[in-house]
Amino acid sequence: METIRNRPAETAVKGRNRARHLPSRRQLAGLFFVLPAVTFTLLFFIIPLLMTIWMSLHDWPLIGTPSFIGSGNYDTLAADRQFWTSLGFTIRYTLLVTPPIFILAFVLALLVNLPLRGVGLFRTAYFIPVVIGLGASSLLWVWLLNDRVGPFNTILRQVNLLQGSLVWLGSFDTALFAIIVSVVWKTVGFTMVLLLTGMQAIPQEIYQAAMVDGASYLGRLRHITLPLLRPTIALALVLSVIGSFLAFDQFYIMTRGGPRNQTITVVYWIFNNSFTYFKMGYGAALSLVLMGFLVILSMLQLRLLHREISY
Amino acid sequence: MGRSISWRRLVSRLLLYLVFISLAVIFLFPISWSVITSVKPPAEAAAIPPTGLPSRITWDNYLKLNEFGAGAGRYLFNSISVSVMTVVGTIILSTLAGYGFSRFSFPAKGVLFLMILATLMIPFQSILTPLFLILTRLKLQNTLPGLALVYITFQLPFGVFVMRNSFDTVPRELEEAALLDGCSSVSLLYRVMLPIVLPGIITAGIYAFLNAWNEFLAALIFMNQQSMFTFPILLNSVNTGLYGAVDWGALQAGVTISILPSILMFLMLQRYYIQGLTGGSVKA
Repeated sequence: METIRNRPAETAVKGRNRARHLPSRRQLAGLFFVLPAVTFTLLFFIIPLLMTIWMSLHDWPLIGTPSFIGSGNYDTLAADRQFWTSLGFTIRYTLLVTPPIFILAFVLALLVNLPLRGVGLFRTAYFIPVVIGLGASSLLWVWLLNDRVGPFNTILRQVNLLQGSLVWLGSFDTALFAIIVSVVWKTVGFTMVLLLTGMQAIPQEIYQAAMVDGASYLGRLRHITLPLLRPTIALALVLSVIGSFLAFDQFYIMTRGGPRNQTITVVYWIFNNSFTYFKMGYGAALSLVLMGFLVILSMLQLRLLHREISY
Repeated sequence: MGRSISWRRLVSRLLLYLVFISLAVIFLFPISWSVITSVKPPAEAAAIPPTGLPSRITWDNYLKLNEFGAGAGRYLFNSISVSVMTVVGTIILSTLAGYGFSRFSFPAKGVLFLMILATLMIPFQSILTPLFLILTRLKLQNTLPGLALVYITFQLPFGVFVMRNSFDTVPRELEEAALLDGCSSVSLLYRVMLPIVLPGIITAGIYAFLNAWNEFLAALIFMNQQSMFTFPILLNSVNTGLYGAVDWGALQAGVTISILPSILMFLMLQRYYIQGLTGGSVKA
């Protein structure tokens, strides 16, 4: 590094003085390299972020001039029953979808961590739905679950779990159940790989020592794997919660927020206000509330990641 | 005694494989059944109750996708363009920035790096409203480069992070040796560094591609002219039906088109994908 920086021009007296006040050529080069990325982030992330705060204090229609209303949008928000319903539903969905994803992912990770021939192939097979878009996967499930042309009901009938036919997306409880099944199918591989990576980072010597002491598989699982995997488990849970809290595609596509607006999530409600009713100031206020919640979760995630990497 | 133990092992092996295979069937059935349905004659694809294997293989369902809006070709073109622009843009910007952050010191370096990384914490869903206004003001709404600019911005924190780490792994001595040999700084980056950081570039590229190809919400908001829809938005309108009824065969053809590129890319490059997943990237 030093040999590169101490170019003859910079070691001259004049150059040294100038370097104290103005960036050197090398410093300028560094700035030049990062400038495009910085510009993009400023223009399409930081400015919108500041605008969100500014807009949230205004009545901001699509056409016509915005007018300052101070905390008006936040007062509306406090009294907005659909917002609270959506928040409640989003939390409920998150609480319902996280345990099955986690438990299944954990079992799958244990399975694909076994030293068995061909296990890599199965690992890949279970992971494949992860790379499909949530939009495409939701449409796939709309068809799978369709009561007339979809294979799901037919299969259930064949194994005698269902008589007649069931319109899964037609009522709240079955729709929520169906969406959870589809999301678990699509995302469980992600958590599986996360947990698998964590498991493989545990030194084999610890297991070998425990086996010498006569520990059973379950004993090793309980006293070695679980405790050492704690940071990874926490990370997996936080990521799953963040993902579920931002849910939109699956509800927009599979239920259109219905029946009776019961499956409208927070992001869905922001979408409706900003882009269907064009109450953009109110949409911004809702966005800030969502952002606050997720920043806290993400800080938790970063802390866990940090610990994960150093471990 | 020894024989009974090996029998037990054999049986438990067989049982395990049975579990593995049943799970694989559960995970792969929806996708494979959709692909199979997409090549059925339309009447069989819409049969009630659903039929088994197709009596013959046809592309009719794929051709019917052309009846929607501006036609499947147009939407494929839109999606491919946006994805390619996103991948190229993300790779170029992340590589440059990663190089800058890893190898140079300049004023406000820490602040700028933190600024880019900090955007990882903020979900893009919460800045869509002002982004919509900015894109409209810049006359970039309903344009493919406009959508790509937004996607590139969303991919940057991960890309810059991965690339900075990749450049950090290149030994300084290598760089110094090349400079002493009279290598210019441009060819240093191009000839010496790039081959070494290639895995990072591929990782950032895969993530950029999958996210751009699959993205739904931003495309739904920013592309409100029918001819500018991306493929996932076309699929959504297939699902709402053309003449009141959903064309199930066409829908499965569309689903197949939209999932196969992702799967193929993943199968070819899974090593890099998993690397990115575990490299502190993780933002699904």
